[in-house]
Amino acid sequence: MRRPIPLNALIGGLLITALVLTAAVALVWTPHDPLAVNLRARLAPPGGAYPLGTDEFGRDVLSRLMAGAATSAIVALATVAFAVIAGGTLGLVAGFLRGWTDRVLMAVNDALLAFPGILLALGFLVVFGANQWGIVVALGLAYAPSVARVVRGTVLSIREREFVEASRVIGNPEHTTLWRHVAPNCIAPVAVLATGMFGWVLLSESALSFLGLGVPPPAPTWGNMLASSRPYMESAVWLGVAPGLCIALSLLGINLLGDWVRDRLDPRMAAHA
Amino acid sequence: MVVPTLLLVGATVFVLMRLVPGDPVLVMLGDTAGEAEIADLRAALGLDRPLPVQFALWLARVARGDLGASITNGQSVLGLILERFQVSTAIVLVAVAAAALIAVPLGLLAAWRQGSAADLAIVAGATVLVSVPSFWLGLLLLLLFGLKLGWLPVVGFVPFSENFAAALSFLILPIVTLIMIEIGVLTRMSRAAAIEVLRLDYVTHARAKGLPESRVLLRHVLPNAFAPTWTLIGLTLGNLLGGIAVLETVFTLPGLGRLLVDGIFARDYPVVQGCLLFIALIYVVVNLIVDLMYPLFDPRVTAE
Repeated sequence: MRRPIPLNALIGGLLITALVLTAAVALVWTPHDPLAVNLRARLAPPGGAYPLGTDEFGRDVLSRLMAGAATSAIVALATVAFAVIAGGTLGLVAGFLRGWTDRVLMAVNDALLAFPGILLALGFLVVFGANQWGIVVALGLAYAPSVARVVRGTVLSIREREFVEASRVIGNPEHTTLWRHVAPNCIAPVAVLATGMFGWVLLSESALSFLGLGVPPPAPTWGNMLASSRPYMESAVWLGVAPGLCIALSLLGINLLGDWVRDRLDPRMAAHA
Repeated sequence: MVVPTLLLVGATVFVLMRLVPGDPVLVMLGDTAGEAEIADLRAALGLDRPLPVQFALWLARVARGDLGASITNGQSVLGLILERFQVSTAIVLVAVAAAALIAVPLGLLAAWRQGSAADLAIVAGATVLVSVPSFWLGLLLLLLFGLKLGWLPVVGFVPFSENFAAALSFLILPIVTLIMIEIGVLTRMSRAAAIEVLRLDYVTHARAKGLPESRVLLRHVLPNAFAPTWTLIGLTLGNLLGGIAVLETVFTLPGLGRLLVDGIFARDYPVVQGCLLFIALIYVVVNLIVDLMYPLFDPRVTAE
């Protein structure tokens, strides 16, 4: 019997759908040009032509929030994809080949895991530069070792199973066995990890942009909008409230959805199932 | 285990700093340097030697606590770090300890009455708190208590040694912000752990013996349920030292995270390298201490 979808998953799903839709719409249309400066409409309060007001350059806050949603979503997706591909490949190769390859790869991996994630990302940012793609690579590399650990562990247990042996016995080349029979079994644990990572990346990207180490202005992101709102915090409250609310609601959506995914996979956590 | 980990951490930072685009010698000397001057400094820093030799020399210097001098102001990097470290540690330690004291009982209560209205309220509250970015919450609190109500100072910092009360007034808002965020994280963790423990046979057994519920919870459930939370606290402490830069920015505090971020902006590589090494070292050591303290509340884990 199918259980009805619980309220938290529903709210989470709605919030994430809203984020994705807003991001998609912003790619083709925003009410105003998010970069258009209008000095006569500086710091206009919400209402009229500017539903959420304007910033210190007279730029439309709503349009900038929408464009920021697109940037955040793209950066988060690209980072998660990068980490899953890089970490996944590393884990697959290490777990499948074992021996010295495994030992060397995992030594490097463990060295990276010995750092707090955000610290490692900051270190990589120094190397790759503080910009949109620098963030993707830095956050992706900071998270890839966790993916590699999980994938390697799964591969080590899967490679001993009968169907993997069967694939070898019928004469499949090793890479076919790896990609067709071993790799697909890693999808479930990686999916859980990736959901959590999406939230972490979204938060980290906003934090780095807030620090000025992320997507550089004038391109709008929620983080850098929040940073530039600080001098006007008292006179133009909407400038500081709107971007933070966007980050918080997106994270709430991801957390609620993530809890639901985990509850489904781990029935012990479900309330009185 | 700690020494190899620290060697790997050192090697990672060394490689990372060598990967940074641009010649560190040119950065240190500026554009006006002559050829001879560049060659001299390169030799003095040992940059003309093979990479493994460079690493060994570098490691020997770092092990002696010589992290070099800041390019920007010539101060000793270790001195700068130790000075900034105090502010960050004060905030992080107080906030995480206070958050744990509030969150662990809340998580236990929610797990004990799983599915009740109290549980739902606690879970909902915790989930909202983990979703709020710390820097935004900090800005909102600053707006309310600093600007609108005028109860607390908005910008600046006074060292503890100068005026203890004033220093404290600057730290209240950042600490409160961090407590709220960490309550969310720790409540969710302790609730999840307590739910698992509550289902174990030995808890049923303890209840069947006729023990009062309070004794079951405090003596039988809490110690086991606290173990994963304890590990998380260790990870959190280390993570926060790097991650607190955003809060230090919001509250303009001279902390360690801010030192690192300012170093990145100024391309002050000795400072960046020193901060990376120092925070990673603290992270490894804190987690070691956390592991060593495990047997205190979980006798199944014995210290070797």
